[in-house]
Amino acid sequence: MTNQDGPLIELVGLTKSYGEGAAEIQALNGVDLRINEGDFVAIMGPSGSGKSTIMNILGCLDTPTAGAYIFRGIHVETLSGRQRTLLRRYFLGFVFQGFNLLARTTALENVELPLLYRGVPKHERHEAAEAALGQVGLTGWEKHTPAELSGGQQQRVAIARALVTNPSILLADEPTGNLDTKRGREIMDLLTSLNRDRGITVLMVTHDHDLAAYAKRIVRFVDGVVEHDAANGEGR
Amino acid sequence: MLWNTIHLALQAIRRNLLRSFLTILGIVIGVAAVITMVTLGNGATQAISNQIASLGSNLLMLMPGQMMRPGTSGATPKPFDIRDVEAIQTQISSLKAVAPVVESTATVIYGSKNWSTSVVGSTNDYFITSNWKFASGRSFTEAELRSGKAVCVIGDTLRRELFNGKDPLGSSMRVKGFGAEVIGVLVGKGQGGMGRDQDDMLVLPLRTVQRRVAGNQNINQIMLSVKDGVLSDDVVKQLKLLLRERRRITAGKDDDFEVFDTKEIAQTLSGTTKTLTGLLGAVAAVSLLVGGIGIMNIMLVSVTERTREIGIRLAVGALENEVLMQFMIEAITLASVGGLLGIAAATLASLVLTKMLFVPFAFNLGINVLSFIFSAAIGIIFGFMPARRAAKLNPIVALRHE
Repeated sequence: MTNQDGPLIELVGLTKSYGEGAAEIQALNGVDLRINEGDFVAIMGPSGSGKSTIMNILGCLDTPTAGAYIFRGIHVETLSGRQRTLLRRYFLGFVFQGFNLLARTTALENVELPLLYRGVPKHERHEAAEAALGQVGLTGWEKHTPAELSGGQQQRVAIARALVTNPSILLADEPTGNLDTKRGREIMDLLTSLNRDRGITVLMVTHDHDLAAYAKRIVRFVDGVVEHDAANGEGR
Repeated sequence: MLWNTIHLALQAIRRNLLRSFLTILGIVIGVAAVITMVTLGNGATQAISNQIASLGSNLLMLMPGQMMRPGTSGATPKPFDIRDVEAIQTQISSLKAVAPVVESTATVIYGSKNWSTSVVGSTNDYFITSNWKFASGRSFTEAELRSGKAVCVIGDTLRRELFNGKDPLGSSMRVKGFGAEVIGVLVGKGQGGMGRDQDDMLVLPLRTVQRRVAGNQNINQIMLSVKDGVLSDDVVKQLKLLLRERRRITAGKDDDFEVFDTKEIAQTLSGTTKTLTGLLGAVAAVSLLVGGIGIMNIMLVSVTERTREIGIRLAVGALENEVLMQFMIEAITLASVGGLLGIAAATLASLVLTKMLFVPFAFNLGINVLSFIFSAAIGIIFGFMPARRAAKLNPIVALRHE
């Protein structure tokens, strides 16, 4: 069912519009993009350029108006809501700007949550969650609730939650947006090492050039189209 | 998967203890109020019907005087005498028993103890009309009644208060300065309605009371027991005719006596208690509603937080059904725990209150089941509906919900 040889993700002429008639807003206007396994892509662009929209469509949280979204050879735009949920459950990991952890729930239980929906048995869940928290440097903080953790720690828990399922791709929407520069750099170092050492594909939305500099490849969006797409370090 | 969902639901209940507690509290109060009130109402109804039954079946009571109406003079009514009783006995055939009654209060002394009680002077028919059974001993003999001997039959309260577990038969007590021998003990009827103790009394022959306690030949009251299968209305008519003639009341004038039919009293009372139970039920229904609104509020207030929670769950790969199932299990658990606690609280409160108000504890299965179902329905509907709306949202929208 999946095509391991081609790119991990391929977008062909993807468009997305909100509203109808005169009030119609064209958020994406024919996006073509390929993302390969093991890549680390930073999506940049001004507000309203469509970078969050593309993120939501890639994350199967939203559907395109037209065009094709091919994930490992599967045409995602043809899938039902339930199938898209399952794709999300088994292949995607999410990190949000606002962390989005369950309140009054320990770090360990937050990380276990996606495994619970996968039906992983209890002790395996525990081990995997502990390992994931270890990878983000939070060993010893398992029993703490989000209210007892700093912003940077909360985002690490969120990353551990995204990692625990061994996803094909990690989608991070402004992962450092709510953090100060120092914590932001720590999170970026973490994402970089995950990409470099474990080969996890990372796709990150940001508007900060310093943070984008961590990525291998930078894609610039303007007015719903890809304006610039180049390996990091090549001229802008 | 179901097990996981149950696990998630219980986890959510534990993590939001205050919210869970308030939800349960709303249900407990609603359910407990309804059940307690209806149980008390039923108890009161039962107490009144018990009291009527203990008065005696097919009982008529004759009393001199009329209830005051506007425009009537308050002249002292002429009491009955023994000849009236004899006339009724001989002329009205459909009566089972006719008991003349003289009632008074007196202090009774036995040994070092004394007790203020009500003293009834009557004949053996009194035991029939008032439905008394003998626990031990005997009723009066003809000779004792004729000569007005100082022998008495005592109620259960008197036996308990004065004799302390000793057999009272054959003992002599002092009643208003004369000694009376106990020849019989009655079976206790228990607490009458409104806290009146029916067993706090003793019965002496009519003549004894007239002569030694009252000091006159008057009869305050005549109690009549109608034979089975005879319409009491007909008997009342005959009685009125006979008494008007004997008391020389000319045509057109009002009766100077009153005939009470306990059947009528029973009907009036049971009508009243039905109204009362209805009223209590209505008050209780309001409290159930208020409890329901409380639950609704708590559920709606927590929607913001829960909407984000639903967004998170959907984003990490939960299916809509799984999220809904979790919320359903949460709501059912809270509602049924609340309902069961409410039933327990109501049972406890009813037991205590029925003791305090001297009414029997009448367990009503119907109202228990009904209020449980009602509160559970409120809990489930208001716990589940907002969740359903949230689960239908796009996860992105749910996550941004403020």
